Amino acid sequence: MIESILFIVLALLALASAVVAVISKNLVTSIISAGLVSLLASLLYLLMSAPDVAMTEAAIGSSLATIIFFYVLNRIRAKEDSRD
Amino acid sequence: MIRTFGIILTLIGVAFLFFSLFLEYETPLELSGSASYYAASTAEDTGSANLVSAIVVTYRGLDTLGEVTILFLTSSIMSYMLKTKKARNQRTFRESSELLRTASALLVPFIILLGVFIFVHGHLSPGGGFQGGAVLASALVLLLVADPLYTVQSRILSVIESSSGFLYVLLGLSGLLFGAGFLDSRVLPTGRVGELFSAGLIPLIYILIGLKVGTELSNLLSVFHSVQGQDLMEDEGGAR
Repeated sequence: MIESILFIVLALLALASAVVAVISKNLVTSIISAGLVSLLASLLYLLMSAPDVAMTEAAIGSSLATIIFFYVLNRIRAKEDSRD
Repeated sequence: MIRTFGIILTLIGVAFLFFSLFLEYETPLELSGSASYYAASTAEDTGSANLVSAIVVTYRGLDTLGEVTILFLTSSIMSYMLKTKKARNQRTFRESSELLRTASALLVPFIILLGVFIFVHGHLSPGGGFQGGAVLASALVLLLVADPLYTVQSRILSVIESSSGFLYVLLGLSGLLFGAGFLDSRVLPTGRVGELFSAGLIPLIYILIGLKVGTELSNLLSVFHSVQGQDLMEDEGGAR
């Protein structure tokens, strides 16, 4: 019972942060909430007793992918600044 | 207006599709053909306590070799496309906060230890080479965030990466000679289930995969890190 409540709460949080990632005008907010989706998804995998998938998702989805998005964003911004 | 309406309509359609899937779904009470075989005879066949590792490394070893190759290709293409110039121009950074620097100095050794633990114990506990390698790379993320001037020794990384890939294929070929086929893990004795030195080649292969994945992802990160703040005017001259 508690597990399914936790499950539903996590799923709703993940959905909410996904929506924030899509509609947010600020790209930094978008990237962070996209990483949050991965983090919550990895918790969901853990609840569904798939610890290996959870580990991969937490390490790659929420840390490596997020940092690479930030590198790309930084690079794009530098380019835009030099044009202005 | 019409666009928003279309988006909402599409979302409702997709939700309807998935909901019908959800309604039809029943939890299977018995394992199907190959799954029941794996569940019943993995421990006997390979001596691995972790079923997933046995499937990834032994039963579906060729797929794993393919995955590692794809990751290697991605990493090397990235390094090729994002080549850095030898003479790095001076870059200014906001100094990272005291908290971040202290925490990273404290945490990085433990994160690396966790990554190594995950891939050494791949045949005993959840996780394996890919997970351990990803954890190793996330230690590098913390290092780079805390100290942007940290330089990665890419030569050492590439030596570790290529030698572990070579050894992985070599171990696979040894299965051809001494085992039942390519990537067969029963070249070494399988030992008792649940011990560190058991499960034949699985721990060795997972250590190699962990090192390979970790160095590849670290290389990817360091390539992305090193092109930050490069002189953009030169870049543009090349592009046009």
